[in-house]
Amino acid sequence: MDKDINIKLKVWRQRGPKERGHFESYSLKGISQGSSFLEMLDVLNEQLVSEGKEPITFDHDCREGICGMCSLYINGHPHGPDTEITTCQLHMRKFEDGAEITVEPWRSAGFPVIRDLMVDRYAYDKIIQAGGFVSVNTGGVPDANAIPIPKRDAEEAMDAAACIGCGACAAACKNGSAMLFVSAKVSQLSLLPQGKVEAARRAQAMIAKMDELGFGNCTNTRACEAECPKGVSISHIARLNREFIKANLAD
Amino acid sequence: MWLLNSSVGRKVVMSLSGVFLILFLLFHLAMNITAVFSAEAYNMICELLGSNWYALLGTAVLAGGFGVHMVMALWLTWQNLQARGSSRYAVSDRPKNVSWSSQNMFVIGLVVCGFLLLHFAQFWYHMMFAELIGYHEVEVGGKMIGTTDGASFINYYFSHLWVVIAYLIWYVALWLHLTHGLWSALQTVGLSNRIWINRWKVITYVVATLICGGFGFVTLFFYIKSLLS
Amino acid sequence: MIDSKVPKGPLSEKWKNYKDHQKLVNPANKRRLDVIVVGTGLAGASAAATLSELGFNVYNFCIQDSPRRAHSIAAQGGINAAKNYQNDGDSVYRLFYDTIKGGDYRAREANVYRLAEVSNAIIDQCVAQGVPFAREYGGLLDNRSFGGAQVSRTFYARGQTGQQLLLGAYSALSRQIGLGKVKIFTRHEMLDVVTIEGRARGIIARNLVTGKLERFSAHAVVIATGGYVNTFFLSTNAMGSNGSAAWQCYKKGALFANPCYVQIHPTCIPVHGEFQSKLTLMSESLRNDGRIWVPKKLEDAKAIRGGRLKPTDIKEEDRDYYLERRYPAFGNLVPRDVASRAAKERCDAGYGVGNTGLAVYLDFAEAINRLGLKVVEARYGNLFQMYEKIVDENPYETPMMIFPALHYSMGGLWVDYELMTSVPGLFAIGEVNFSDHGANRLGASALMQGLADGYFVLPYTIQNYLADQIQVPRFSTDAPEFSEAEARIKERIERLMNINGKRSVDSIHKELGLIMWDQVGMGRTEAGLKSAVEKLKTLKEEFWRNVRIPGGADRLNTELEKALRLADFLEIGELMARDALNRGESCGGHFREEHQTAEGEALRHDGDFSYVSCWRYTGEDKEPEHMREELDYEYIVRQQRNYKN
Repeated sequence: MDKDINIKLKVWRQRGPKERGHFESYSLKGISQGSSFLEMLDVLNEQLVSEGKEPITFDHDCREGICGMCSLYINGHPHGPDTEITTCQLHMRKFEDGAEITVEPWRSAGFPVIRDLMVDRYAYDKIIQAGGFVSVNTGGVPDANAIPIPKRDAEEAMDAAACIGCGACAAACKNGSAMLFVSAKVSQLSLLPQGKVEAARRAQAMIAKMDELGFGNCTNTRACEAECPKGVSISHIARLNREFIKANLAD
Repeated sequence: MWLLNSSVGRKVVMSLSGVFLILFLLFHLAMNITAVFSAEAYNMICELLGSNWYALLGTAVLAGGFGVHMVMALWLTWQNLQARGSSRYAVSDRPKNVSWSSQNMFVIGLVVCGFLLLHFAQFWYHMMFAELIGYHEVEVGGKMIGTTDGASFINYYFSHLWVVIAYLIWYVALWLHLTHGLWSALQTVGLSNRIWINRWKVITYVVATLICGGFGFVTLFFYIKSLLS
Repeated sequence: MIDSKVPKGPLSEKWKNYKDHQKLVNPANKRRLDVIVVGTGLAGASAAATLSELGFNVYNFCIQDSPRRAHSIAAQGGINAAKNYQNDGDSVYRLFYDTIKGGDYRAREANVYRLAEVSNAIIDQCVAQGVPFAREYGGLLDNRSFGGAQVSRTFYARGQTGQQLLLGAYSALSRQIGLGKVKIFTRHEMLDVVTIEGRARGIIARNLVTGKLERFSAHAVVIATGGYVNTFFLSTNAMGSNGSAAWQCYKKGALFANPCYVQIHPTCIPVHGEFQSKLTLMSESLRNDGRIWVPKKLEDAKAIRGGRLKPTDIKEEDRDYYLERRYPAFGNLVPRDVASRAAKERCDAGYGVGNTGLAVYLDFAEAINRLGLKVVEARYGNLFQMYEKIVDENPYETPMMIFPALHYSMGGLWVDYELMTSVPGLFAIGEVNFSDHGANRLGASALMQGLADGYFVLPYTIQNYLADQIQVPRFSTDAPEFSEAEARIKERIERLMNINGKRSVDSIHKELGLIMWDQVGMGRTEAGLKSAVEKLKTLKEEFWRNVRIPGGADRLNTELEKALRLADFLEIGELMARDALNRGESCGGHFREEHQTAEGEALRHDGDFSYVSCWRYTGEDKEPEHMREELDYEYIVRQQRNYKN
């Protein structure tokens, strides 16, 4: 049964990208375990505003685990100590009365801090812009049922496409690698006949952009997969590698 | 060159050199096992792998593979540290399903290298290297031993408890390195998927245990033999 | 006189005729024309990508850190199209008819017909982009049923259809950004639209990271910023969803249509406590297999609320499957407004469950028996998981609890057939316009409309306008109109920052939400609405007197962002109440308690209210002017909506 708990928070505060950050401690009383982690932060912010202090800045939007906006590294885990959820789906019942909770921003060279817990993840968009698409213009496409696609392939493509681009993979990776993110898109599109056509070009372009942006090299620690809120599997990384090697051998 | 200019390419080089080294380990293990059964046969192999041109060439290739593996390890690790950024997490917690060794391959690799130096000093330096610079016998522990008399080297070194313990530690480190290294290499070259990843993992543990267990067995065999004699 | 510019000719020929005769812009001239698209949801992203593919220069804006995060991403269930792949009798006409009927005969016929017509092309387009729709074992596309339809015409990608469609549009947009043809401005919020000589020529946006006000000019401005139901504070919309862009357009002369039409979605997770920040939707697709019920006996309901009985203790004969009872023909798949009101009716009568009594059951026991656990899991697994994470109960074992929540706004900026607002050069697409859903939107139609507008309608109709603009050189943002607009925003921000009152933005927003829910919510009365208008005026004063925004305006300041949006919500709420007051009938999402049948169904008065209610801004704190666009139904005979038989 959900009850009310008291907690201690250690939150990373940093006024700007170039300024030094530090931890600040806060105590909160009577937080319902039925409320979400972000609602708990709302309560804290409300408290800060009432004291005339600046609230903690953090990214959040849909609060139902799909937009990928929320981040937060909570007690050593991206999206906190629960599996296959985003921070906004994390509920306070995961914490005991008297718990001490450390909240940090994503820390990765690819994701510079903007303020407090908010980071800049535009690098992921740049990788998609390099090749994460099928090059078709609007209109003039064949009927949707013109090419049958085996259910298994469609399902596996969907598994990969479930990626929400939140950045937890790179945040969890000790190498700061974005391979799970990149592989999810490459894998999704290379599994489908529509995307297969430019699979080689896509893999090369996206890897090149990823490298250029300074993300690290994947060493298959599987931390990304373990922390991914959508359970995207590293089998997609194997497929990406395959596509990439094939593409380069063919050149 | 994509093998050097791209992250995946570099990882492919790392993987292939790693797999190559594993193949060498298997060969080395087969050799060692021979020593258990017959000192003569073992020495025959040692002779065959003396300072002959093909053995030297083989050694050079092996050293090359090892060198590539090391250089790549340094390069990749340095890049990964850069990618990680300058600030570190205050609290971090290793998720389930993430093996400790997978996150510490570089450190384990260093440990393996350290013991490798000991191994070289004890064996290779007195055998192939001595032969290369023109000796046919070297003095080890007050006795003169022929540079191709591998069996005597084994008998000598593995009669010392500290050497045995050092080697056993080495094998454990090697085991840790291999249990991540092999399947990871196969994953990197793209030979994996949702089903095969688990099969490769099983195969990896079997191979790593076979190699390290085999070496351990030979080491202990000769130690116990020395105690009994 | 409001001119909707609906083309002449028979219904099924209108769009074709329009396209055959509209003006086009040749490729060389397209390069010289700039278009601003505000918003990157389904409508915004698809429009920006398509306009760019055609050759226009596009400037695209979003408030999130990436265009992929627009709230379209949260749509779960699916997208409708008249493909008739299931051979169950579907057709363009039937989709058109269902949409008009679902909207309670308050939508414009020609627009809706066009929507149904282009629906098929959307599916083709999405598949070509690599959207992984659900498929049958034969490799062809699968369909499911949604409320308000008797055919299976909804295409879906698990419970994440909106996500997959948005990522499709986002990938098309990303391709154009990568090619340098779309310039994207993330974390930018449009605060005003700039008009020069009566035409929309640019926007002022605040860079949310630096706090700087920035000016952008273009030959046309497209607004695709979604709906305004966050006026209610608690809704299924994202925290950042707001009505401000639309509201600025309204203040610049664009008519606001049907603000009182908002949709209350029947299947949301009930409110759990006072700190609740938003409500989570459970897809309407759940009603395909889930059965909705409450206890038949008052004492059972009481016992459940008191925790003395569990839902599984209630015997089959003691359960009231009230939707199946009241609407035998459609059962659990009645349209959203009907299902929501029925839930409210049961709860008001004391049969509600949950500890608050504000919940009904959505039960899968029968489906699990009929289909097996595996099939149910494959269909709804991710939704069940989501429910369990939030409520901490396993829906495979105990029925889900659901309650209606604010979800979508059918009303919005008035647009003509070309999707242009009453300000020339200012277009509105997707949820932000009012055009296609009448008084109630059917499930899986929002995605359809957003993409129809963005991919297949606006890229045509905007050319009819831009064709006359090819001689117009690019504008300097130094023009006095830009300076004035920026100065006004600056002043507004300064005024807000200097209030230094005692109340947080959220506390006032919550108060607004309560007034709206109580008096402008599911059941509206004349007295309630009148009192709401007064209360909202007072609350607006309170806001401008007593809000407190820490920090500065010259940097990232989330409280300031919220305050600017709330300032507009307060006014939007008032207009909603006024509109609801004006509409002395019940239709779709708008239910006036004075106007219902003996059985409690919505009672329309077609003779008096068959019009689009349009509101024109007349100045700060002045009563807006009310105008009408008469709805002439040429093809469909209006009836009382009947989902009973």
